[in-house]
Amino acid sequence: MDNEVKGKGVSRRDFLKGLGGGAIGSAVISTGLLDPNKAEAYPTESTGTSRGKSTINLKVNGKSYRLEVEHRDTLAEVLRDQLGFTGTKVGCNRGECGACTVIINGRSFYSCSQLAVWMEGKEILTIEGLEKGDKLDPIQEAFIENDGPQCGFCTSGQIMSAKALLLRNPGPNEAEVRNALSGNLCRCGNYNREVAAVLAVAGKGR
Amino acid sequence: MKSFANIDVKSVREAVTLLQKLHQEKKSAEIVSGGTELLQLMKDRVATPQYLINLKTIPGLNYIKEERSGFRIGALTTLTEIEEHKGVREKLLFLSQAAGEAASPQLRNAGTIGGNICQRPFCWYFRSANFPCLRKGGGICYAVAGDNRYHAILGGGPSYIVHPSDTAPALIALGARIKITGPAGEKTIPLEKFFVLPQVDYKRENILQPGEILTEVQIPHPKPGSKGFYHKVRERQAWDHAIVSVSTVVQSKGGICQDAHVVLGGVAPIPWRAAKAEAFLRGKKVDEGTARQVGEIALDGARPMKDNVYKIGMAKSLIQRALLASV
Repeated sequence: MDNEVKGKGVSRRDFLKGLGGGAIGSAVISTGLLDPNKAEAYPTESTGTSRGKSTINLKVNGKSYRLEVEHRDTLAEVLRDQLGFTGTKVGCNRGECGACTVIINGRSFYSCSQLAVWMEGKEILTIEGLEKGDKLDPIQEAFIENDGPQCGFCTSGQIMSAKALLLRNPGPNEAEVRNALSGNLCRCGNYNREVAAVLAVAGKGR
Repeated sequence: MKSFANIDVKSVREAVTLLQKLHQEKKSAEIVSGGTELLQLMKDRVATPQYLINLKTIPGLNYIKEERSGFRIGALTTLTEIEEHKGVREKLLFLSQAAGEAASPQLRNAGTIGGNICQRPFCWYFRSANFPCLRKGGGICYAVAGDNRYHAILGGGPSYIVHPSDTAPALIALGARIKITGPAGEKTIPLEKFFVLPQVDYKRENILQPGEILTEVQIPHPKPGSKGFYHKVRERQAWDHAIVSVSTVVQSKGGICQDAHVVLGGVAPIPWRAAKAEAFLRGKKVDEGTARQVGEIALDGARPMKDNVYKIGMAKSLIQRALLASV
């Protein structure tokens, strides 16, 4: 699983996880084998409970995972706690700060405000899915070059919002960049450098 | 969040039947589409449904159709889709702008037009489980004695929330109607008649009954000679609710107003249509003097509380600005 997520090398996160042992959902490589329909529909009344649970197929960064979730589990919780994609941060956990931003079917979303059980059949992209092998995505490079991160907590969310913009509009102007990042709060107040990073990539794309 | 069961439905009919059934069994259920708003209420334990009826799995409820009579927008259409739609941008004056200034990009990508219209209030007392306020079945509206800087100046009492939707006032100014599907079938009503003042029922914001779902928004083409104006004042330039918003559509000929719609957001528990002010404006030349008078008439009867007096001047000046930009 760690190989699925990280690629190679041992990160600080992997090291810590190794100490504690992480329970991780099983990865299913071939999506063709999976039933696109959800396993459960109506919770039966005989159970007398409304504690919904389902087995879902989650497609994250091009790989499919089959796992059991409670209906109340948010996408952010499942990404982090079940799959180990801890690059997705949870700040406010109420759809305000943007630290949990991921890309779903090409658009940016707060993963704290989506239920995992709604994600069947969707393509989810997290910060871990941006790098190609050893090579960082140009937007990640630009954040490093422009000192985009200060404390770094909002950075992956900022980058995912920027990436969602660049996917649809490779050459945005400053107003478009600011608008695209407006749902991501930075408590260090490093907005100008974050915007500069996105503009640097936008310039290269032209 | 407390546990619940999510139920994906495949058709509006299935959703209606299920909602009715759960209601009869005295089980609590909420309809969900974008989820951005309801999930926060659930995390805060303000809403604790046993069942979530997920409408997003209904095919064919996400569309923008341009027809001879106007636009029809399916309830599951996202705010981003409305903002970016070419026809909406070109023909519906300011609807794209109103949708595009709501919340943040992430929320507009998830949030639907149906959900935006059916939002619950963002009053901080209502949103906190620590305040058993009137709207949640408690005894008092905490805004009266509390911090009421964002609360209602018009139409308030006994609850003083403001309706949070940015699109609803814009849609009312455009003369929109909505389709409601329920156990008794379908009905189409003016959007304006959808909202409920607290003096009628302080526990609800709209007329939806158990089993009823808002399924479509219908917007007529603006009449020839119409000009629209939308402006939303907020504390930050992005990602904030309206303190006051104004939506106006003025149909004029040679500077004389033939018809006008003036709707305020952020000032009342419902999108606030200034009908008397509209009537005053009809047949008059739109200039600075009349624009000022329209503002005065629209805010006549405003009853501010200790922290929100500022909204009166703000609303008046926005109306003036809107009307002068409309001819």
